[in-house]
This record gives sequence, C-alpha cells and structure tokens, in this order.
Amino acid sequence: MPSQKEIYEKVSATLVEALNVEEEDIRPEATLQGDLGAESIDFLDIVFRLEREFGIKIPRGELFPESIFQGDPEFVQNGRVTEKGLAELKSRMPFADLSDFAKNPEISAISNLFTVDMITRYIEHKLKEPKPSEPAAS
Amino acid sequence: MRWIWIDRFLDFERAKSARAVKNLSLAEDHFADHFPGYPVMPGSLLLEGLAQTGGILVGEANDFREKVVLAKIPKAVFHREVLAGETVTYEVELLQLRAEGAAVRGRVLVESEVIAEAEIFFAHLDQSRSQQAFGEHNFVFSGELKHLLGLAQIKARRTEPAPGS
Repeated sequence: MPSQKEIYEKVSATLVEALNVEEEDIRPEATLQGDLGAESIDFLDIVFRLEREFGIKIPRGELFPESIFQGDPEFVQNGRVTEKGLAELKSRMPFADLSDFAKNPEISAISNLFTVDMITRYIEHKLKEPKPSEPAAS
Repeated sequence: MRWIWIDRFLDFERAKSARAVKNLSLAEDHFADHFPGYPVMPGSLLLEGLAQTGGILVGEANDFREKVVLAKIPKAVFHREVLAGETVTYEVELLQLRAEGAAVRGRVLVESEVIAEAEIFFAHLDQSRSQQAFGEHNFVFSGELKHLLGLAQIKARRTEPAPGS
C-alpha cells in the first residue's frame, strides 16, 4: 500500500500528462476545471490514466459522478443543494471534502469539489478496498 | 478529396494492435501547397492516418457498433519531416478499452525509423455524452471509411484463430 505522499505524487504526474500543465500548478486544493483547465473529455482521460497507473478499476461515475441530483427538487432548490442533497453527495462521494461546499452549497460551485486532493483521497479509499475476488472455479 | 489517410492494413489483431501503410504520392493535393517545391506531409495528416488506424482498431473491437470519435491527442512528438515519395507505416496498440472510450499508443515509421509518436484518445459518442442523442446511424463508420473497414474486417477474420484452436 503506497503512502499518501506516493499516491499524491503519482496523481500529480497523471494530471501533468492528462492536462498538459506544469507540475508547479498542481496543489492539493487546485480544482480540475477552474485551476487546471480540465474539459469534459479530460475527466475520462484522467480516469483511464489512473486505472493504468494504479492498476485499479474505476467504475463509471464513481470518481466523477455525472448527474447526482437529476434535477430532483428534494436535492436542489433555488440553485442550492438541500440537506438531503448534501447527504446524497456525501454517500456518492465519501472521499470528497464537503466542508467548504456545505457552508454555501450553490449548485454552480459543485465542480470545485473536483480537486487534486479529492482524487488522492479517492485513490487511497480505492486501494484500501478488498480486491474483487477472482470468479470461483466451478 | 477523399478522407482516407491509410492505404492498406498490414496486420490487424482484434482489440490489440494494428499496422497500416500509407504511400505518400506527390499527386496528393496538399503537397502542392505544403510546401511549393518542398512537399512535406503535414504533421496533422500523419496524426489523422494514425488516428484512422487506431479508430478502426477501436471500432472493430466492438464490431463497429460504437461511434468512435477522436477526442483528444494528449501527446504527439515529431522527430523529422516526411516527404512525398516515402512510405509510412502506422503502428497502434490498444492501451485501454472501456464502455465510454479507448486509448491507443501509436508510432509512425519509415522503414524502421520512428518519425512520430502519439497517444490518441477516442470517445464512444453515445456512451460518453449521455444527454445528447446522435441517432442510430453510425456516421463514423460509413461512406468512405466503409470500404477500408471492410478490408480491415477481412484482415481481422484472417488473423483470428480458427474456432476451437
């Protein structure tokens, strides 16, 4: 199991390659879209590279959920994420740091959750998971 | 102008690798302007040939059901110019294939000399843009590419091990 620092370094190297940014631009709190200029297709590229780099499987929508709220008014009201929405977000993205977002949960700020630190935590979380067992020989 | 930038497949191993050849003829229109008196194959067209080789490899892996589009070239390096009269070989290997898309690594060679290297990322249009509807018709693998695709399929069948072997 690599240390958090090793994971962070590999994540940084992955982002340098995927987003063509300088290594010094990568900080734990850097947001992928706002600070590092990621576009939609880059998210898929990042997922591919992380799978190769760490030898893991990242199911679709697990690291970067596409549409968590589906316009459900229980989750979003007047452009803000409700308590129930925050709980949903927490369960879908247990590896994301929601503390800042929860203070002012504007739906438009949701992309700020996607940071270098979030990916690092996700990978840590993922590497702790038991490996899917091999199909039992029949 | 026909948008086919490979002439023939040399090898085709399903969902694994492909090699195609492209003969650069001075009769191709672009050489008249790029550049007058000095016919250099544009780097972008070398990448297009590599992407067509890779795109067909990716498309064939799902029996051409997906609309495979070139989404991103994360990296491309060119080592030298290629002039009219040369024959280039495009080599691609599949790095990853998922429901949403695929990544390939490719090289452009003249004989054994590496001319360019690139990584190419393809998206499966319907899978990666769930909100947009592109319809049933697979406009990627139709028309001009269809013939080449047919040749690739024949080649793939030929290299596929016989059932039970």
